Amino acid sequence: MYRYDEFDHAFVAQRVSQFSDQVARRLKGEISEDAFKPLRLMNGVYLQLHAYMLRVAVPYGTLNSRQMHKLAHIARTYDRGYGHFTTRQNIQYNWPALKDMPAILEELAEVEMHAIQTSGNCIRNVTADHFAGAAADEVADPRPYAEILRQWSSVHPEFSFLPRKFKIAVTASERDRAAIQVHDIGLQLKKDGEGRLGFAVWIGGGQGRTPILAKKVNDFLPEADLLSYVTAIMRVYNLHGRRDNKYKARIKILVHETGVEKLSAEIEAEWMHLKDGELTLPEADIAAINAYFAPPALGARAEGWGELAAWKKSDPDFASWVGRNVAPHRHPDYGMVTISLKPIGGIPGDASADQMDAVARLAVEFGHDEIRVTHEQNLVLPHVALADLEPLYRALVAEGLATANAGLITDIIACPGLDYCALANARSIPVAQEISKRFGDAARQAEIGDLKIKISGCINACGHHHVGHIGILGVEKKGAELYQISLGGSGDENASIGQITGRGFEPDQVTDAIETIVDTYLALRTGAEETFIACYRRIGADPFKAALYGGEAQAA
Amino acid sequence: MKTAPFKTRVLTANRLSDGVSVWLGASGEWVLSIRDAFLARHDEAVSAIEAAGAQALADNRVVDVNVIEVEETPTGPRPYRLRERIRAEGPSIDYAPVASARVSQAA
Repeated sequence: MYRYDEFDHAFVAQRVSQFSDQVARRLKGEISEDAFKPLRLMNGVYLQLHAYMLRVAVPYGTLNSRQMHKLAHIARTYDRGYGHFTTRQNIQYNWPALKDMPAILEELAEVEMHAIQTSGNCIRNVTADHFAGAAADEVADPRPYAEILRQWSSVHPEFSFLPRKFKIAVTASERDRAAIQVHDIGLQLKKDGEGRLGFAVWIGGGQGRTPILAKKVNDFLPEADLLSYVTAIMRVYNLHGRRDNKYKARIKILVHETGVEKLSAEIEAEWMHLKDGELTLPEADIAAINAYFAPPALGARAEGWGELAAWKKSDPDFASWVGRNVAPHRHPDYGMVTISLKPIGGIPGDASADQMDAVARLAVEFGHDEIRVTHEQNLVLPHVALADLEPLYRALVAEGLATANAGLITDIIACPGLDYCALANARSIPVAQEISKRFGDAARQAEIGDLKIKISGCINACGHHHVGHIGILGVEKKGAELYQISLGGSGDENASIGQITGRGFEPDQVTDAIETIVDTYLALRTGAEETFIACYRRIGADPFKAALYGGEAQAA
Repeated sequence: MKTAPFKTRVLTANRLSDGVSVWLGASGEWVLSIRDAFLARHDEAVSAIEAAGAQALADNRVVDVNVIEVEETPTGPRPYRLRERIRAEGPSIDYAPVASARVSQAA
């Protein structure tokens, strides 16, 4: 993985020193809250309902064991013994004290981590396919390009005060695991007919109060032109993006209001000034960054095939865990392991310090020291030999980390919601917990099959409800929580925005409503091979509305 | 014209140093439990807590200062808004085990 060079070290150290001084002056009363707030936000420090919150960047979701141990140490020393992995592949601490922030940031810098640009109207953490560098179906590792974008965008003077925040996601497979069509810029690394690398470029996707899918503006951008083209997009957005209304300031609104053809032409015109200039990526630089991401040496471990078959035969629980949580690696003797942070009835994305330490240890023992954070709030060990799956599984069971539910109905995304978040209107976590308990039975989950439920506690949509097969949005109505349900959303290569079913549900009715939807699907699917989303796309919303509301559907 | 019945108010904020939720107590100090909050039962009292809040903000002791409406119940003041009840009682979920002791203490 990428290692800081001297410039990176000096830059992060300088920022820690600056912010430490700012915190000290704030605590002494020399800086007002109005002056301090933008400074703390630039360093990832928010104020939530019960305490400050620190959001730490995990660039493109990649960590090594030393970093994960440090995250555990911070949780234990400065927080309440746990952390929350987010839908942006980051980690948030819910209880750190302001006075401890300098110490925390210093500790993070020791392992080449920071919280810079995890807030504010700048280019945020660049996210990537969590299986990058390991997946059998990718054309190349997309993370070197995410790292190039990270370096280019870090405190970029021109793009530090954009109309609004800006999110870039990168994938390198036809099968989109990075939800690129709901990002401000989505990049799909691909090869042209001659085997050269380049990108399909999508712009203007996003969720929030106005969910819009991205539009493709370039079908093949040569890799050398990545920064010049992205700069052109940023310039056009920075110039024309609305600053009069925060709810209309994202690039998706600019694309929508201007029209993709006109905007593409403007981007193209801007690009003509930049193309083949100093932003062109030299081959040597691309190679140098790629070298940091050189895959680990994966020796032949063919003995795993036979062993795995035998273990699966003797232990059905292990077999179902392998079935759900292990995906094919490009090396046939290896697998990519999803460590579920969705125990039945648990809090989606939360991990205790002990669990983080355990994952770090297991990554060293079985996973070539690589860990990933997924936007679906799970962890991944991307390179595990099939021959090591059984001992890994036993160790995960001991830590409460072996829930066999990746991609199933209990693998729920949920934002922190009103239990923590100052922006939320309703709780998300208890809703997720109740649904998880209702559907927790392994056989029932298996029967239902692939089904993504995503829950947000406010319209900002951190819980990605717009792209949930079943989306749940919490709102406040007459002082009480109410939950709107939407169906048919998807964040993959066949992206779609979910449609609201009708009137909302009170907290104690939500799980019943989900059960009604699931039962309707089970009754109407052509067979177990027809997934929920495929069934919904075939039959439409009406049967679900009829089941939910009977004759009153139209009243909503 | 009928006037709406007066709703009791309390002053709440987050402590500057650690962000913890606090309420203005009867003695003028910031307290960790809403049960110890000073209850403003008429307009003059509300003006007084507002002034105290503005002063505490200016003195850099607290941030995010707000006057909130509460119902007076036998077990103490209960905010009308769920958001404020969660601030007063802590997260409604059983989160990391090490936290439970501290939360029950604060609530």
